[in-house]
Amino acid sequence: MAKMLMKGNEAIAVAALKGGCEAFFGYPITPQNEIPEYLARYMIPAGKIFVQAESEIASINMVYGAAGAGVRVMTSSSSPGIALMQEGISYLAGAELPCVIVNVMRGGPGLGGIQPSQADYHQITRGGGNGDYQVIAYAPENLQETVQIVTEAFDVADCYRNPVMIAVDGLIGQMMESVDPDIEITKRELPPKDWATTGNSTGETRRIINSLYLDPKDLEKHNLKLKDKYQRIIDNEQRYQLIMSDDAEILIVAYGTMARICRSALELLREEGIKAGIVRPISLWPFPLKAFEDFSPTIKGILCAELSTGQMLDDVKIAVCGRYPIRFFGRTGGMIPEPEEIVHAVKQFLGEVSHE
Amino acid sequence: MSKIVYRKSRALTAAPLTYCPGCTHGIIHKLVAEALEEFGIERAIGVASVGCSVFSYNFFNCDMQQAAHGRACAVATGIKRVRPEAIVFTYQGDGDLASIGIAETIHAANRGENITVVFVNNAIYGMTGGQMAPTTLIGQKTTTSPFGRNEIDHGLPIKIAEIFAQIPKAAYIARVSVYNPPTVRTAKAAVKKALTYQTEKKGFTLIEFLSSCPINWGMTPIAALKWIEEKMTEYYPLGVFKDIGDYHD
Repeated sequence: MAKMLMKGNEAIAVAALKGGCEAFFGYPITPQNEIPEYLARYMIPAGKIFVQAESEIASINMVYGAAGAGVRVMTSSSSPGIALMQEGISYLAGAELPCVIVNVMRGGPGLGGIQPSQADYHQITRGGGNGDYQVIAYAPENLQETVQIVTEAFDVADCYRNPVMIAVDGLIGQMMESVDPDIEITKRELPPKDWATTGNSTGETRRIINSLYLDPKDLEKHNLKLKDKYQRIIDNEQRYQLIMSDDAEILIVAYGTMARICRSALELLREEGIKAGIVRPISLWPFPLKAFEDFSPTIKGILCAELSTGQMLDDVKIAVCGRYPIRFFGRTGGMIPEPEEIVHAVKQFLGEVSHE
Repeated sequence: MSKIVYRKSRALTAAPLTYCPGCTHGIIHKLVAEALEEFGIERAIGVASVGCSVFSYNFFNCDMQQAAHGRACAVATGIKRVRPEAIVFTYQGDGDLASIGIAETIHAANRGENITVVFVNNAIYGMTGGQMAPTTLIGQKTTTSPFGRNEIDHGLPIKIAEIFAQIPKAAYIARVSVYNPPTVRTAKAAVKKALTYQTEKKGFTLIEFLSSCPINWGMTPIAALKWIEEKMTEYYPLGVFKDIGDYHD
């Protein structure tokens, strides 16, 4: 297929269908409405399942039922809606059900606003729900990458029997870019869904989808099994991009929309001869610790930049582990910085570390 | 040669039930299982809820999913939409269905989901130790209404069967009980009718069972059955509240 000019939310919907999404359950919320609108138009005539639920709570539990019945299923929402889904996401992780959840992030807390934000980082990576669990989370920075990641997400979910979240912000959801949806994805060996409740077994072969283990010995065993799985994901699924990091003195850590703005800032900085680079996490969980292992000896400091008051900052501190000074730059509540603001933050930081 | 005149339903597993002595959950499980067996238990996918019946996935001998508190009808919707040929049922108590999960239940009914809801109303939260439920009767003492439920503070007990009978896409809504042999027979016929309607894709079906909780009511099992017959049925009359019969729009 040739490149097409598409809106971010529609590109997500197109990629979901390409990824094999058989069922969608969702509830309207700005700024992600074009996803269910597009899917309603295309899934219903194609004989696939599209249901507008009565709430995000119902949506995620419908996802649980359909995922447990063995089909590829997705929901989409935005920050406050994702907050409502957290109980269901915990159940999905506990029962090891694969699904794809799209979060087109907006500002919070509470009803917050509808402008782009990255203030769901903690909600996504720390688990808004109860218990020892993790959700695999990706944060693409442009529509082509979003299409790639959404298409692959269903395989990743099936591969690990785990929910996968795509975290974009309202800007990526609403902007238009040229996209080629006809992409190749990495082939993965997928285990058979021999656990799914399909309604054709009884006795020894019957299947149970469950997250309840009343005996603490059993629950600990279950949690340790999940931990082993999460470790495999940490080992195999870290994704990131290093941009002009080889000779950099200041490394900016930024993802999604903030990474795009930092790319513009990087051009301005390099024009002035300031050696900056970017570490761009693509997977938020697992956080790309590998990107922080072998830094150039030229590095003097790390600037973490987010559309929040500083959430990924925690992971950056863990990754840097005291080796370099760290500063934070953030705009919040839906405010988007100009590249010059980042340039200023880098220069100020460089001045500080040069005097230390 | 001996002839088998009674056997345990094959739709129940060998697992011992976890219900308290004298509780009528066991009878309701048996009725549901016997009805499911007639339609083919291997076709069924059940949804267990949170409450006393949380372990029902261990008892019904078919594919089962365990749902979050109150969300059984949403889970059942997800299952039924992607497995339309399966017989999908939920098994829920009054805290699960009539309190925390009433939105999911009403909207599943309003969409006309072809699922069967087994709703067990024992007028109390049993699993958590006898707290007030939305179905607790006026004057009934519970651990969180120690002076008895009163209308001013708590409103009146919620009548699920009557409410759901008002929903256009509800195909069959009945309230039954199991406090004596005639009511047990009527109850089984109601479950069979609900499952029949589900296989005919007629819409949403719900059977409300008035059930006993001798432990939390502080009664002997026999006194508890008598309390259902005399007190509960006075406020919650038994009967069929909606039956679309052969009609379907």
